Amino acid sequence: MMNRLGDSLDFQSQALVLRSERQRLLASNIANADTPGYMARDMDFAAALRQATGSVAAGASGLSVPLPKLPGLAMAAGFGAATETTLRYAAPSQSNLDGNSVDMDRERASFADNALKYEAALRFINGQVRSMLDAMKSPQQG
Amino acid sequence: MSMFDIFNVSGSAVSAQSQRLNAVASNLANADSVAEPGRLAYRARQVVFQTELMGAMGAAGVRVAQVGEDTSPGRRVHDPKHPGADAEGYVTYSNVNTVEEMVNMISASRSYQNNLEVMNAAKSLLMKTLQMGQS
Repeated sequence: MMNRLGDSLDFQSQALVLRSERQRLLASNIANADTPGYMARDMDFAAALRQATGSVAAGASGLSVPLPKLPGLAMAAGFGAATETTLRYAAPSQSNLDGNSVDMDRERASFADNALKYEAALRFINGQVRSMLDAMKSPQQG
Repeated sequence: MSMFDIFNVSGSAVSAQSQRLNAVASNLANADSVAEPGRLAYRARQVVFQTELMGAMGAAGVRVAQVGEDTSPGRRVHDPKHPGADAEGYVTYSNVNTVEEMVNMISASRSYQNNLEVMNAAKSLLMKTLQMGQS
């Protein structure tokens, strides 16, 4: 019984963890906007969520290029963590002379979008907790 | 908790950008410095940024790898009456390009603001996460 209570929250909590990871990725891109040679990275969120929740992973989106293995980048796969397969280099819209591929407009837009969706996941969790608490109350309590 | 890393990442960027702003300030302050005869004039300083990995999941911060000096020759002006003039009557000024430094300054302050905004957004998200299940 407790397991079923937990299961209903599991999907949203996985989404929340992935959203926070994407937020960190976008913060890294914004922080490195002036670093020569830095390649902007982003997460294939749909694939990462499918992977984290155990659903069958379908084909990746065609907008980005797969992330090649880098010796310096150690990416550990922990609880709900996005693995290397879901992290991608963002395709640059304009090439830059110093090799930096951060598109600040896109990063800012993705950052705002991701913050909003993080908050949405939080509200879903809060709503589910409230429904569960309501269901536990006895009819006399009102 | 991965959201806390945002403060490290953006904090490193803010400190790197403020170092860049510092270099711009000293370059602009010394834009009209004159070399004493037989000595080198002030040379423009430029910071070099480098990506620094933070944490296991590839959170990428910034650090200042080195503060390099611009080795291009300084501006030479013919002014025999100037006390700093050499035997041929030329005065050597610093090699600071004021236009480039102004552009550098605007870029650094914009990046600084960007990273501060990122930190504020992360802070408000974390505050809302702390109130999870209480509303």
